[in-house]
Amino acid sequence: MKPQLQVPAAVAIAALLVGACAFFQNTREARYPLSEDTEESLYITSGKTLARLTRGYNAIAADLYWIRTIQYYGGTKRKAATSGAQAAGIDYKLLYPMLDLTTTLDRRFNIAYRFGAIFLAEAPPGGPGRPDLAIALLQKGLSERPDKWEYMQDIGFVHYWWRHDYTAAARWFNRAADTPGAPWWLRSLAASTLAEGGDRRASRQIWEQLRETAEVDWLRHDAERKLLQLRALDDIDALQSVVDRFTAASGRPPGGWEPIVRAGLLRGTPIDPAQTPYEIDAAGRIHVSMKSPLFPLPEEPQRLPPAS
Amino acid sequence: MSVVGWIGVNVFRESVRDKVLYNLVAFALLMIGASFLIGQLTAGQDVKIIKDLGLAATSIFGLFIAVFIGIGLVSKEVERRSIYALLSKPVERYQIVLGKYVGLLLTLAVNLAIMAAAIYVVLAGIRWIEGATVTAGLETPLLDPAMLKAVVLTFVELAVVTAIALFFSTFSTPLLSAALTLALWVAGRFSADLRNFNQVVDSPAAAWLAKALFFVLPNFGQFDVRAQVVHGQAVPLGYVALASAYGVTYILALLVAAVTIFSRRDFK
Repeated sequence: MKPQLQVPAAVAIAALLVGACAFFQNTREARYPLSEDTEESLYITSGKTLARLTRGYNAIAADLYWIRTIQYYGGTKRKAATSGAQAAGIDYKLLYPMLDLTTTLDRRFNIAYRFGAIFLAEAPPGGPGRPDLAIALLQKGLSERPDKWEYMQDIGFVHYWWRHDYTAAARWFNRAADTPGAPWWLRSLAASTLAEGGDRRASRQIWEQLRETAEVDWLRHDAERKLLQLRALDDIDALQSVVDRFTAASGRPPGGWEPIVRAGLLRGTPIDPAQTPYEIDAAGRIHVSMKSPLFPLPEEPQRLPPAS
Repeated sequence: MSVVGWIGVNVFRESVRDKVLYNLVAFALLMIGASFLIGQLTAGQDVKIIKDLGLAATSIFGLFIAVFIGIGLVSKEVERRSIYALLSKPVERYQIVLGKYVGLLLTLAVNLAIMAAAIYVVLAGIRWIEGATVTAGLETPLLDPAMLKAVVLTFVELAVVTAIALFFSTFSTPLLSAALTLALWVAGRFSADLRNFNQVVDSPAAAWLAKALFFVLPNFGQFDVRAQVVHGQAVPLGYVALASAYGVTYILALLVAAVTIFSRRDFK
């Protein structure tokens, strides 16, 4: 009988060799790290051409482009968060073309319209800050499904939150309310937007409604984050008055939280709703830390002028 | 010459008899045709495109040879029942597996060497036809020796693919082996994405699984330095050595598994 390699021994040797592979791989990556600035590119930019090329498999091609869009958005956002969007020249130039391709391949890709609009409207460094493209994407969705009141509601949100155009926002909320199957509160939302546009309470009401009606967790989480940002704005207003009082009493800004705590005006370093300490700059202005998941806080909507 | 060497030489002869080297004619026609057409179609990027095309074609042609010959190395002997004649000779089973592997490596090495030489010949031909002006504004020398690094790493990649094909061919049918090998090649091309999977999923179990898969699946991305070479970016010898060491170790693991399975297979 010729000696044979026993199975357990073979498995052990193979496992050791795979472990050695991991060692070589880690060593190579440590010594020769991959370049971070690999340029992303889209080889086909025409949705119609791509739809022809993938005929019969358009839906799966749309799925693949959607996954690529998510990876591109997430990867660019992570890069921007770690290096600073302005300094590194990071932009999201492929985001809209990718979303356009996805929604051309599958014209009823609901999530691509709704998530895509949120991605596009988000201000830098969390997004490209293009509410115009967000609206264009949602209108493309509406041209395919004119009865989709959620897209109208989302367009209203973009006008309200990012463009501070309360008249347009109220018009879209009303248009959504006119659609069969739309919830009753859209009508009152339109009314309060017109009456109290820019008021933080109105903003809170909008995001609470969005949270309650979100179809998917991601939309719900996004609405919850916006609500936490509004709470942070409230906190900052309250803390700013404390800091201003300290500055008026001592004749100079505190330069940090310790003097205010020692003076007994606060019990400790205040933290934001995401559990990250607030920061105070040399001029005595308070803001959320760049390390906070709430950073950057939205630009506060401008209040409507009082009716004459 | 050892038994493994003799089997290897026979595999090489068989592949020549099977007209595998005909692909070189197709490669030569592609290169000559492309160099003529691209010169008419592009503006100033023809040398770059010819290098890109030549190196990519080297990899794709080699992949087809590695997969479609690799899957038949063992299974063809079993189907034709020539395995009985082979096993009746004073040859160990592990020698058959290793000999077959060495033979296909030899075939691939000859193919790659000729294709690499053809790229240099075409580039030299362009300089001869168009004169010295063709080299103006190039990022790298026209006959850049660094292209050989890309060819060497392509060879290591194809050696891993061959080992995968041989591994599957020891216990599976040729069709299934081809499908599994190509699937593993595609997965290996994207395996680097698994490393950062934990940043896009919340589940620790899914992140752990992705990490484990990253280390178990072959990482073919590291063997692709074609773009760097064409753009004149440095590819240090240390990188080539570590990527090759990874490839050789992965091949050894696959050969241990292939030999173990083939040694225990019952051909009655």
